[in-house]
Amino acid sequence: MALLELHNVTKRFGGLTALDSVDLKVEKGEIVGLIGPNGAGKTTLFANIAGYQKPEVGKIIFKGKDITGMPTHKIAHMGMARTFQVVKPFSDMNVLENVMVGALMRRPKVKDAHKKAMEVLEFVGLSEKADFLGKELTVANKKRLELARTLATEPELLLLDEVMAGLNPTEVQAAVELVHSIHKQGITLLVIEHVMEVIMPISDRVAVLNYGKKIADSLPKEVVNNPEVIKAYLGDDAVEDGGAYNVGN
Amino acid sequence: MTDNNLIKKLWQRPSTIIVTLLFLFLLVVPKIVTGYYLHAVILIIMYATLGTAWNWIGGFAGQMSLGNAVYFGLGAYATACSQLWWGWNPWLGLLLGIVLSGIVAFLIGLPCFRLKGHYFAIATMAVGEIVNIIFTNWDAAGGASGLYLTIKESSLLNFQFASKVPYFYIVLVLLVLATAITIWLKNSRSGYYFRAIKEDPEAAKALGINLVNRKLMAIILSGTVSSVAGSFWINYMLFIDPPSAFLIMTSVQIALIAVMGGMGTVWGPIVGASIIIPLSEGSRMFLGGTGSGIDLVIYGLLIMLVAIYQPGGIVGAVNNYTKKRQSKKKATLKAVQEVSE
Repeated sequence: MALLELHNVTKRFGGLTALDSVDLKVEKGEIVGLIGPNGAGKTTLFANIAGYQKPEVGKIIFKGKDITGMPTHKIAHMGMARTFQVVKPFSDMNVLENVMVGALMRRPKVKDAHKKAMEVLEFVGLSEKADFLGKELTVANKKRLELARTLATEPELLLLDEVMAGLNPTEVQAAVELVHSIHKQGITLLVIEHVMEVIMPISDRVAVLNYGKKIADSLPKEVVNNPEVIKAYLGDDAVEDGGAYNVGN
Repeated sequence: MTDNNLIKKLWQRPSTIIVTLLFLFLLVVPKIVTGYYLHAVILIIMYATLGTAWNWIGGFAGQMSLGNAVYFGLGAYATACSQLWWGWNPWLGLLLGIVLSGIVAFLIGLPCFRLKGHYFAIATMAVGEIVNIIFTNWDAAGGASGLYLTIKESSLLNFQFASKVPYFYIVLVLLVLATAITIWLKNSRSGYYFRAIKEDPEAAKALGINLVNRKLMAIILSGTVSSVAGSFWINYMLFIDPPSAFLIMTSVQIALIAVMGGMGTVWGPIVGASIIIPLSEGSRMFLGGTGSGIDLVIYGLLIMLVAIYQPGGIVGAVNNYTKKRQSKKKATLKAVQEVSE
């Protein structure tokens, strides 16, 4: 049984079909990449999985349980955490307190949560900034903070929404390493990412969305040579040219 | 860290010493001031309590309630009505007030928490006005002319005293309890959750926080303690009418006290009450009827000043200052160490 299963998930906003019968499976222990052009419905898909929105049609099954339309906080308690594309740190709380809010989910005692939060901060490399306010951090560190906060809830499945967008190459490298070490802890990851060079090497599998439809779902190598994917990203002409897009490996 | 160390550390903080000295000073206040001035001090302490209770829902959980006078009034009316209708002891009336206010807070919170920001504030204001109108037209509860408590023998059991001094100590105990709740809240799971909800509800949800439950908890806590202050007030004044219980100005004043002193801080409401109440009493005393409303002008001005220059309120400003000084000290120390190495 897959950890997360989406069956025929459809979400409409008025006349616009943001998600069109999307099927997706995420097995335990995988890193699955989710890519697609702007407006393809990636973030909407996350919002539906994490309970921020309810799909009109379809079913979302997490750990064998139907979670379609379940409130977000309950889904979080079941072991699914998410980050936000636009970072949402608690601005006027310091870094430690931010992470403690996450840790308090599984450890109601403040003392235990404090300990857990320190561990997580050490893990993501933010322990030196523990006293800083959320708003005082750089963008890279705000993203790190958001990761730390979700990790503190001890999730089984982590949804990452563009954690590397807006970072410089050095920061991206550090973030990739962090994603790897999170994965090593046994956490399954579903990752939305725009930076192609990043998503291809780290993912076990890549799913591609275009206009709310899933147009590909296979190994990274196969996805980049899929004509339909190339068409979605580069237009019709690119396909005729033979699909020049290639990844490093 | 052992508890002993913690106490030692607390003692090294100047704020602890200031608070302790202030508290000891408050204990002997009735020996120093009497008459109207003691009444003014009682008012300050009572409003500090109401501000502290508002701080839980407004300052911590970020829900700008402008209807907290409802709970205050309910506490007062529950005590008065239960005594006049059924001959209840005022302490029983106080308990009734707590229960009623808890239920009303729940009933107000359930629909109103669907509204965000200003809309929540407006909705609570409307509820306040509705309750005001109900009590103004409810003849059994005194209607527009209000209710008088029957005067009884001076004793703690009757919650009535010939002198102001026992009232002073009772309301002081109430403030100490309310402040203790804030200190507890600041260091508890609920406190962290309230603050998270204030900062970003969407992110809070993702971290497993049940927004509705937590907000209801905050409003019920705030409502019940405000109600106790109301029960105190009726036993002190022996009279209550709708304007003195449910006026929107009272709600605004309660909120302003916490905002001005410092939202989400332990001592903010006490500082706020110590400034606002003398201001409103002073303007009433010196300007009398001709200047009625002038305190409202001053409130408006204060709200603007706080909003523009110091959103953290007075205590927030002081905290920022000491934090900056400490980090400066730390930085200098580090620099000195590096040089000496």
